[in-house]
Amino acid sequence: MTATDDQKEASKTPVLKLASGIEGFDLISQGGLPIGRTTLLAGTAGSAKTLFAAQFLAEGIRKHDEAGVFVTFEEPPEDIRKNLLSMGWKIETWEVEKKWAFVDAAPQPGEEIVMAGDFDLGALLARIEHAVNRIGAKRVSIDSLGAVFTQFSDSGLVRAELRRLAAALRAMGITVIMTAERTDEYGEIARFGVEEFVADNVIILRNVLEDAKRRRTIEILKFRGTVHRKGEYPFTVLPDQGIVIIPLSSIELKLRSSDLRVTSGSQELDRMCGGGFFRDSLILVSGATGCGKTLMTAEFIAGGSENNEKCLLFAYEESREQLIRNATGWGIDFEKYERDGLLKVVCAYPESAGLEDHLIQIKAEIDLFKPNRIAVDSVSALERVATRHSFRDFIITLVSFVKQREIPGLFTATTANLMGGPSVTESHFSSITDTIILLRYVEMLGEMRRGLTVLKMRGSMHEKEIREFTIDNKGMHICKPFRNVIGILTGKPEYLTMDEMDRVGSLFAD
Amino acid sequence: MTGNNNKYLLKLYITGHTSRSARAIVNLRKICEEELNGHYEMAVIDILEQPQLAEDEKILATPTLIKALPLPLRRIIGDLTDSEKVLLGLDLLPLDTDSTG
Repeated sequence: MTATDDQKEASKTPVLKLASGIEGFDLISQGGLPIGRTTLLAGTAGSAKTLFAAQFLAEGIRKHDEAGVFVTFEEPPEDIRKNLLSMGWKIETWEVEKKWAFVDAAPQPGEEIVMAGDFDLGALLARIEHAVNRIGAKRVSIDSLGAVFTQFSDSGLVRAELRRLAAALRAMGITVIMTAERTDEYGEIARFGVEEFVADNVIILRNVLEDAKRRRTIEILKFRGTVHRKGEYPFTVLPDQGIVIIPLSSIELKLRSSDLRVTSGSQELDRMCGGGFFRDSLILVSGATGCGKTLMTAEFIAGGSENNEKCLLFAYEESREQLIRNATGWGIDFEKYERDGLLKVVCAYPESAGLEDHLIQIKAEIDLFKPNRIAVDSVSALERVATRHSFRDFIITLVSFVKQREIPGLFTATTANLMGGPSVTESHFSSITDTIILLRYVEMLGEMRRGLTVLKMRGSMHEKEIREFTIDNKGMHICKPFRNVIGILTGKPEYLTMDEMDRVGSLFAD
Repeated sequence: MTGNNNKYLLKLYITGHTSRSARAIVNLRKICEEELNGHYEMAVIDILEQPQLAEDEKILATPTLIKALPLPLRRIIGDLTDSEKVLLGLDLLPLDTDSTG
């Protein structure tokens, strides 16, 4: 939807939104939850429904000074208080300060209930209204509707009563989240037909098993009378922050290109690139294992640090010790740069967390350290913990983080084949990167040599030759082009004799 | 069962003066007079007037009758039209009816 469409639709309808305060949600919902309405939050077991419902209240208290009422049909309040303490939310304190109130509608253990005639849920309604009035609540979370239906067998009656409750809260101008269970990730909206009475606004949380990995997403299915972004957005649950949604396409790509150049860390490579990398460009260094990607990363870091730029390095393949030792072997002193505050090395094993968590860590480090350049070695290591969909999302989001800061970012990707060929990382990356540098092994007369070429450089002239390079204790040395070898990039180098060289050369002579 | 020897403490929670509330009160009075022989104390609580009491007792549905004494505590939900169920809930039915299963 274009911006003008958005405006047109928004001007037609006066539905205002209440900023939820949940990170990323207000971006994808274009402002928050419809104010004074009930939103159905549906999800399968373990899809973080209760957390979302609780966080809606917690962020209201922390960011907007708005009180909230939590109606629980499932877990007793003591459990909720305890569980959410791990998020750093002191619900007990908020209760004392009259910012948070529970309405405990959870089944009482060991209590016998006898049904003897007609009833309604008037008491529940009265309690919720009482709690709202007592603390002046603006927000109410009801978790979960499915549990109400299991407490009372007459689902027709429960539906009617919940509709009455939604109407009463609407009349009071309260913004409400009601959670409901789903049985399938891609089936009916919710069990017990609850969408019949809270159909205006529906959000779906998913926890999909894809390639043996869990992937959480959130989708706003509909907001009646107002706009929102479409599709599924990945999110993660962090121990001290709760739900963090990654608003993929909401991150603007300000394509304000700069023609300022920065050094790649190698004078010769700078020359090949027509004077260095652009300051706000993304550089992809692709090559087989061991052919010099980490070295190129180290030189890129050193080049920045020597110019007093702050560099941030994410290493997913080697431990800190290995990395520092290797860099020392190339004459680069990472520890000195760190002491000078010019470098921060973040080492993590890809398997230590989900992809979304890595992404959020990267963003947090970038926000904290405010680097002038960043490097990720290697992006393809993270493929191991990614699903097909999530890796593409990851790359796009990672790129946009870097682009937003208008700093150069160097990412390495490992090709599967020793001698060449593309990698998954490359195919996701190549269209959004500005510069691609290929490192290749070249087999020549029974010897492995290394070759380097600048495959693409957006907006600049660059050398097209494949240059040989060597590595020693002073780092990388870029030498002369391979004049007598063809087929390096395809991984099938062929050695040409001098005769053939002359013949090919003479074809283009006058 | 020793229930009949003890004094009953019954609390009936209603929401406002609806016909359903009135029905529950009438049904309860009738059962008490017929079965409890004056050995009871009965309180009617309107939740609309005292919502905090409903919160304390965690009442969801109305009418709800709570048998506070004699123990065990028991909740009977509904307008008490089904008198057999009410008697069951108040432990006033003979044991054999209670345990036919």
